[in-house]
Amino acid sequence: MDLAEFLFWTVGALTCLSAVMVAAAQSIVRAAVWLLFTLAGVSGLYFLLGADFLGAVQLIVYVGGILILVIFGVMLTAQGPLTSIKTPAGEWAISLVVGFLMLGLLVACILATSFDTFKPTTIIDDPARARTATDLGLVLVGVKDSQVQGPADLNQVPGRQREGITYVFPFEILSVHLVVVLIGAAYLARAKRRRKEQA
Amino acid sequence: MNIGLTHYLILGAVLFVTGLVCMASKRNAIGVLMGVELVLNAANINFLAFARYNQTFAIEGMVFTLFVIVMAAAEAAIALAIVLNFYNNHVSVDVDAAEELRG
Repeated sequence: MDLAEFLFWTVGALTCLSAVMVAAAQSIVRAAVWLLFTLAGVSGLYFLLGADFLGAVQLIVYVGGILILVIFGVMLTAQGPLTSIKTPAGEWAISLVVGFLMLGLLVACILATSFDTFKPTTIIDDPARARTATDLGLVLVGVKDSQVQGPADLNQVPGRQREGITYVFPFEILSVHLVVVLIGAAYLARAKRRRKEQA
Repeated sequence: MNIGLTHYLILGAVLFVTGLVCMASKRNAIGVLMGVELVLNAANINFLAFARYNQTFAIEGMVFTLFVIVMAAAEAAIALAIVLNFYNNHVSVDVDAAEELRG
């Protein structure tokens, strides 16, 4: 068993275990802590998959941002009995049955599918040539085609037939979307006391 | 046995199902939100597994994962704003208390 295999089984098992504990935890505060371990484990899996930039993004955005947001939500709403609302046993049973059926279906489909025609991405195996952050950035700003392997050809002849696609437009829409959503969230969550005083 | 695409897909399926169970069984609205985060992470693992094990998706997998992460951040911000509003109005985060629209 080599290192990559060992790391996959360890990190994967820890991630699955903490994910199950998120669902099983009675207290919402404990669920938040288990979610922290799950998200960190998922970022470890990203590193194992050769996506080093996205592993870092996962750590910063998820563990550093979203989880802090969730914990603030827990703290602002944790009023005695609300921290651990009990779920009726019947609802637990139904969701577990549905969950296991879904898991069985998914695993059966995955095992029944043959992925032999896929060629693995080899560039990630070579640390000197693997620059996932560079490639990702160039595709997002439209300099590089997504189908070009290896270093970007910055002196591309204008008018040459491009084979892949770039992601400038989705990237722009995503930026505007994020701004709109964050302004909307700030508007929704603001304290409303001042308006009452005026009225 | 070498680690292949199938391993990562099954791991993603397990995470997805735990997120699903979490969404279905939690009564705390923030717990439901945690389930949604688990499901999104499962999808991201699948995207990156395909990026790693299929050459044609090498960049696409990462681009979509990045998009999903940004969407998840936006979704978490909006959902928590709604939960806080709901808490201000009902002094509860129990999703069963949201029954104004019940027919």
